[in-house]
Amino acid sequence: MDAGGDTVAPAPGDVEDLEATRFSREDAGDGGGVPKGPPDLRDGGLQETASQGKEQSPGVLPSLPQAEAPSGTCELWSPTAPASGTAGQAGDPSDEDWRSQRKHVFVLSEAGKPIYSRYGSVEALSATMGVMTALVSFVHSAGDAIRAIYAEDHKLVFLQQGPLLLVAVSRTPQSAAQLRGELLAVHAQIVSTLTRASVARIFAHKQNYDLRRLLAGSERTLDRLLDSVERDPGVLLLGAVRCVPLARPLREALGALLRRCTAPGLALSVLAVGGRLITAAQERTVLTECRLDPADLQLLLDWVGAPAFAAGEAWAPVCLPRFNPDGFFYAYVARLDAMPVCLLLLGTDREAFHAMAACRRMVENGMRTLGATHDLAAIAGLSNAPSASAPAYSVRAVGAPGLRHFLYKPLDIPDHHRQLPQFTSPELEAPYSREEEQYRLSDLYHCLHARLHSTSRPLRLIYHVAEKETLLAWVTSKFELYTCLSPLVTKAGAILVVTKLLRWVKKEEDRLFIRCPPKYSTPPAASVDQAPHNGVFTGL
Amino acid sequence: MAQADSTLRLQTARDQPSVFKLVLLGSGSVGKSSLALRYVKGDFNSILPTVGCAFLTKVVQVGEAALKFEIWDTAGQEKYHSVCRLYFRGANAALLVYDIASKDSFLRAQQWLGDLESEFLPGDIVVMLLGNKTDLSDERQVTFEEGKAFAESKRLLFMEASAKLNHQVSEAFSAVARELLQRQEEKVDQVQRTKSQVDLNEGSLRQVKCCAR
Repeated sequence: MDAGGDTVAPAPGDVEDLEATRFSREDAGDGGGVPKGPPDLRDGGLQETASQGKEQSPGVLPSLPQAEAPSGTCELWSPTAPASGTAGQAGDPSDEDWRSQRKHVFVLSEAGKPIYSRYGSVEALSATMGVMTALVSFVHSAGDAIRAIYAEDHKLVFLQQGPLLLVAVSRTPQSAAQLRGELLAVHAQIVSTLTRASVARIFAHKQNYDLRRLLAGSERTLDRLLDSVERDPGVLLLGAVRCVPLARPLREALGALLRRCTAPGLALSVLAVGGRLITAAQERTVLTECRLDPADLQLLLDWVGAPAFAAGEAWAPVCLPRFNPDGFFYAYVARLDAMPVCLLLLGTDREAFHAMAACRRMVENGMRTLGATHDLAAIAGLSNAPSASAPAYSVRAVGAPGLRHFLYKPLDIPDHHRQLPQFTSPELEAPYSREEEQYRLSDLYHCLHARLHSTSRPLRLIYHVAEKETLLAWVTSKFELYTCLSPLVTKAGAILVVTKLLRWVKKEEDRLFIRCPPKYSTPPAASVDQAPHNGVFTGL
Repeated sequence: MAQADSTLRLQTARDQPSVFKLVLLGSGSVGKSSLALRYVKGDFNSILPTVGCAFLTKVVQVGEAALKFEIWDTAGQEKYHSVCRLYFRGANAALLVYDIASKDSFLRAQQWLGDLESEFLPGDIVVMLLGNKTDLSDERQVTFEEGKAFAESKRLLFMEASAKLNHQVSEAFSAVARELLQRQEEKVDQVQRTKSQVDLNEGSLRQVKCCAR
């Protein structure tokens, strides 16, 4: 959350939005940190039409002069703005379907060449993209950088990353900061296939290069990423990865197995199923003292979850943008024993395919010795019922009637600052089985998240009665929790449900999360015994 | 990797079917992965573009002889070419795939042939030109005769197939397999003629050397 985000109300449309959500705050309970300031969230007085280059400095913002020009132009330009001047020429943007999309994401080059659009054909949008480039360069010429435009019910968020410009046009209640997070994820996805350095090199060499040539085939990956944000908001919202629920001894045994099976140049091994983490092991000699960023790990999880890896063994270069945006790792991906369980081996040697394949056979044999194959197959088998191949549990497992869904992120894992952030949530079930309902729930979670993490006025506890459900969000030093409850629940009832849920999570935490990671943080000398001849491993 | 390859080959030469490495080449979305998937798993579904390259194996019976295909399915996209090129090396066979409904993919297949020629001596590798997607014959842009004429001019095997309809897919791979076995026999014959005492192991070693060149 930066710069007041959507607690700000520059346009009348925004105010209406906030009223529609009918927020009421619960100052009781764990209210230690609840700011006792003015309870009205809407008087934020900040604005974010345009602001100076470097972000995340809410204190500076209000004093900055407003850039008049963009706020003036935006009405004209916004796709829903009636009688837009661009509608005639652009073809696609005049299409009602296109205009009624909840959220557009565009990627274009600095020269205004279209690279990606979530909806519609990129060619038809060149005029629209031209306007975006014009906006950006106009503000840029004044020594400023455009970050967001609020136009009626739309938010337009701009993000410049090297020679690439990313734009989100959204009428979801997501805050500008959340949208920016999505744009960063889109950028990371592009970097992961091409590396930042090669993108920069390409455009330095030829400014009007058509990057779509190199990104061919990646559009669908970007679509998938953006879809997942709307249907399953936990990952990006909480900046955490989702673990497969698994008995702790089994998970630890698998972790130990991964650390035992090595190959030259192997940096990281990950076991995953359906885009969720089973366990991972990282080798210190390669990733020296450097923890894998959860965003990078999530990128890998999404990647191996893609249907492109459905058959055979795959070998591909991949860049981890947070670890090193300019270099490639080489990834070996294979399904184990014809199960949906997926093994990813990440190394530095681009010719190591056969060594990695041998390593996989070691892992497979080890798993048979452990007898883990059966258990994992059972987990993976759960997945066959719902649409996605994701091992899951039902919210009914909690045994708290009235609870419909939740997101829970533990913050109290020992040595947390170097720990892999994780979260857990049950499957979306009725009444959230339809797409629109999933979007609505995702929007509500985004709203709550934006308010909890508002930089100007962070909250610790929110009790929110929405039209079709009641929500309760709560951050403490130990966890971050978002719950969705039946609309009939009372305030006291909600507290009861949450207490029950917390008790359940406590009881199940060894299964839900990777709790006690192997001693990755001990100095190399102390843990050499773990892998005598191949350097020291660090588990996640 | 040549080392790993050679040990593999040594073993297989003794008690297992001979191993042949086959690469699938061609521009994006002509159906390379679909062909491989159809052939190896008997499956067809529209899949996402291949990332990097994928490795599959299949053991086939050709007459009396059994042989094992190590199939390298490469991504058609430009950004992965440097990685895929690594796995050209030592290939015994290549399937140059194009989409009969795309003239452009046919031209690209010809360029791929140029790439292959720069890496291999003629006769070192069995190349088949394969027109995929015969189910789209309504939108055909490359005629059968056109494909065949080009293949003949370059002395390639030629076939048309459809991974979607499972038409001529295994036939194509089998044709390559037969050709490979035939050439291997010829090679062994030649070696035996020049040296009287020679066993299969040496034959395969020699093969590896020339491929890893």
